[in-house]
Amino acid sequence: MANNPIIPNGPKPKSIFTTRNILLYGTLLIVAIYYILPLYVMIVTSLKGMPEIRLGNIFAPPLEVTFEPWVKAWSTACTGLNCDGLSRGFWNSVQILIPSVFLSIVIASVNGYALVNWKFKGSEIFFAVLLFGAFIPYQVMIYPIVILLREMGLMGSLWGLVLVHTVFGMPILTLLFRNYFSSVPEELFKAARIDGAGFWGIYFHIMLPMAIPIFVVAMILQVTGIWNDFLFGVIYTKPDIYPMTVQLNNIVNSVQGVKEYNVNMAATLLTGLVPLILYFVSGKLFVRGIAAGAVKG
Amino acid sequence: MSSVLIKDLTLKYDHLTILDKLNMDIQEGEFLVLLGASGCGKSTLLNCIAGLLDISAGEIHINGKNVTWAEPSERGIGMVFQSYALYPQMTVEGNLTFGLKNAKVPKPEIAKRIAKVAEILQIESLLKRKPAALSGGQRQRVAIGRALVREVKVFLFDEPLSNLDAKLRADLRIELKLLHKRLKSTIIYVTHDQVEAMTLADRIAVMKNGVVQQLDTPNGIFHRPINRFVADFIGSPSMNFFEGELVTLETGQIEFKTAELVFNVSDYEFTNATPVSGKASLGIRPEAVSTGANIPDNFFSCDITVELVEPMGSDTLVWTKLAGQNFRFRMDGKATVANGDKLRIGFNPSSSSMFDAENEDRL
Amino acid sequence: MAQSVRPNTLFRNLNAKIAAMPMIITVLVIFVGCTIWTVVHSFTKSRMLPKLEFVGFDQYERLWGTSRWLISIENLFIYGACSLVLSLVIGFILAALLDQKIRFENTLRSIILFPFALSFVVTGLIWQWILNPDLGIQSVVRDLGWTSFAFDPLYNPDIVIYGVLIAGIWQGSGLIMVLMLAGLRGIDEDIWNASRIDGIPKWKTYLFIVIPMMKPVFVTAIVLITSGIVKVYDLIIAQTGGGPGIASEVPAKYVMDSMFLKQNLGQGFAASTMMLLCVLIIIIPYAYLEFGGRRNGK
Repeated sequence: MANNPIIPNGPKPKSIFTTRNILLYGTLLIVAIYYILPLYVMIVTSLKGMPEIRLGNIFAPPLEVTFEPWVKAWSTACTGLNCDGLSRGFWNSVQILIPSVFLSIVIASVNGYALVNWKFKGSEIFFAVLLFGAFIPYQVMIYPIVILLREMGLMGSLWGLVLVHTVFGMPILTLLFRNYFSSVPEELFKAARIDGAGFWGIYFHIMLPMAIPIFVVAMILQVTGIWNDFLFGVIYTKPDIYPMTVQLNNIVNSVQGVKEYNVNMAATLLTGLVPLILYFVSGKLFVRGIAAGAVKG
Repeated sequence: MSSVLIKDLTLKYDHLTILDKLNMDIQEGEFLVLLGASGCGKSTLLNCIAGLLDISAGEIHINGKNVTWAEPSERGIGMVFQSYALYPQMTVEGNLTFGLKNAKVPKPEIAKRIAKVAEILQIESLLKRKPAALSGGQRQRVAIGRALVREVKVFLFDEPLSNLDAKLRADLRIELKLLHKRLKSTIIYVTHDQVEAMTLADRIAVMKNGVVQQLDTPNGIFHRPINRFVADFIGSPSMNFFEGELVTLETGQIEFKTAELVFNVSDYEFTNATPVSGKASLGIRPEAVSTGANIPDNFFSCDITVELVEPMGSDTLVWTKLAGQNFRFRMDGKATVANGDKLRIGFNPSSSSMFDAENEDRL
Repeated sequence: MAQSVRPNTLFRNLNAKIAAMPMIITVLVIFVGCTIWTVVHSFTKSRMLPKLEFVGFDQYERLWGTSRWLISIENLFIYGACSLVLSLVIGFILAALLDQKIRFENTLRSIILFPFALSFVVTGLIWQWILNPDLGIQSVVRDLGWTSFAFDPLYNPDIVIYGVLIAGIWQGSGLIMVLMLAGLRGIDEDIWNASRIDGIPKWKTYLFIVIPMMKPVFVTAIVLITSGIVKVYDLIIAQTGGGPGIASEVPAKYVMDSMFLKQNLGQGFAASTMMLLCVLIIIIPYAYLEFGGRRNGK
């Protein structure tokens, strides 16, 4: 949008404390509290000791700050099977995340590029079905995929899950890249063909360097999505390589023992930390990612 | 020797025919302009010649080789685009060398060619810059340079000046003409701008709906348009048309009659020698009208009232009514005319253009 | 070398076709193949292992005779309807508020959107804690003096789904707000100027001019929300585990439990086919409006 300063003609408003402003900012303040309060409650709870939690008010700040729940959540909390905390899940998630993000983005970016610049007979139909695939409930495809992975010997393995993430990330990422590449002037592609570059030459020398921002957007989208996944993790891996979300659920919702709310909250925060940090660091790009993925879908 | 030869070129999408059995023979060193309104297929044709679009039928020969199915880079062509299409992440030098590197041209040879092209186009000082740091005119020079370094004999230009402002466009037009003189290569140039077409071309191909209407020299196109479409399309302001009937009198004289006017067209050079009669239209260019006392006797002449004056500086455009229909003509820029003035005007009907009323072909 | 013969179309742009193989395989094997496989097997009496012994609509009859499935469907409808309406209303109002050229717009937008970055598991656990009747909001309000205050959705079968709804809205409304805000920003400033000159009140401009202009954004938002609703699973697992009892069961969980806990594959396939049907009912009209309409209309 152009930066057109609007020059008011009438008399300048006298005060910022107009009824309109009080109402507007008041409403926004209440809204902000609704959204931010749960995060606040989590943080204060995770810093309290259990006796204080049992007696006190969830909104009250901790009288005595303790980091013990965090330490316990990370290294010794029990999932019912083992007691080495979330750290195992964290590293599992990292190991799942890196190849999944890489593979899904590579494939989707090549798809998007091929769909825009190298249309072949039926390519549009494949793309339409691919997009439609984004709306099929996962439950419909879950079991046959179990069979496929078993046949390939990948069931319960990390690479099986990587493959699943690549497949289910494909529709939205392909759409993202296709939309981006179709905004690149076609003449650029034509010029490169005259210059003798082929399919891969144009991809690596012309398209890839231009698409860096959209790669970042895709990365944010995928890191968040894959890190937050629960369903595929629980189905396609086995307990010792469960991703963090699955482990978190097992820790918090395990029926054995006394509920340690402070440890649970610390564990929950730890799991949410990666996407949260990514969200606050990436800021506008995150918004752009979800908007690009959603609006044009 | 023919440089680019197009035989029965046809392009169809599903059932839509974009280009229909085009034939063209472009000579070595010729500057050919494809002229037409947007959507007439001129850019599409250029893309077909470049190999960027697969054609449905026909053949394309470049430099005596059948290249109908060759890759664009193998055809021996260079191309310049309307949007310049410079690779944004590469420097000017990178843009110029990208094609040569793909073709595995040895490094010393690349350096030699870059130096030569940079000198011709005077872009030596820009070589290390990125396209974003260049002005529109500089970008287009680089784009031309990218075509030149390929050292090919055929250049394709797709509306290369359309994105530039008027002054720059005029300057670059002259440069292009000089460049063509210097390189003596074949150029196929697409534009919708008549002035560019007229000033640059050896020959112009006027296109409409995927068909070449007329392929002729600029002069031929202007003065002897082959059909009513070309007559109407070329020239600004466009031709004045009268609808009427051709009649051959017993005396052998030929007359063009409208409801109110009679023009003697006995001296008209008919395309077909056979005597003609029947419904027709007659077109007079605004430039062919003379005014005042010096109207020759064999001219058609009459008195008119000036309705609107458009002074353009170099000349003045006058709007009036002739036999109840709009009529425009051009006067000298120094002429002082005002709305409501009475003038005597005249023109030679025999040097007009006449078209068959039915198929609109030139008579 | 230059060719003079038309090359075989199959091998033209071969690299592009090879590069598109992962997409083609995904589409054919996963999205088409697996879906058909499941639909076909929903007509069999598969239990522990899939087998092709067809029993017609038996699985579906049993499905619709199971109270757990009926509760799941009921929950899905309540959750779906409420979450659709609330997300749209909240999302639009928030976007309109943020569009008033206010200060701190970026901060507020960040705050409203941040839950979207969190997983459903994390969301569910957060709200499980806040809605904990002994230590959460209920106890805080009671401590303030209102001793009869009762708000324990997670322990009350009648309202448990609304407890889930609060968490769902918290997590997802930010996305809708961002979409709506983008839609509002896409509206020409001149529309506002024109309505101001005509003296139309602001709320009327929103209701009768702006919202109709934002139809595509609303359609996108509706499709996003509804396709998300059908997939609700993690949130339930984390927040309620389907309880108390079976009061917060949802279809996705029914499918998962049938397949992986009860080893009743046939039921799982039938239930997931019903879910697919739900999605088709939403998607087909949308696809028709979006693509079919465009082709004929414009």
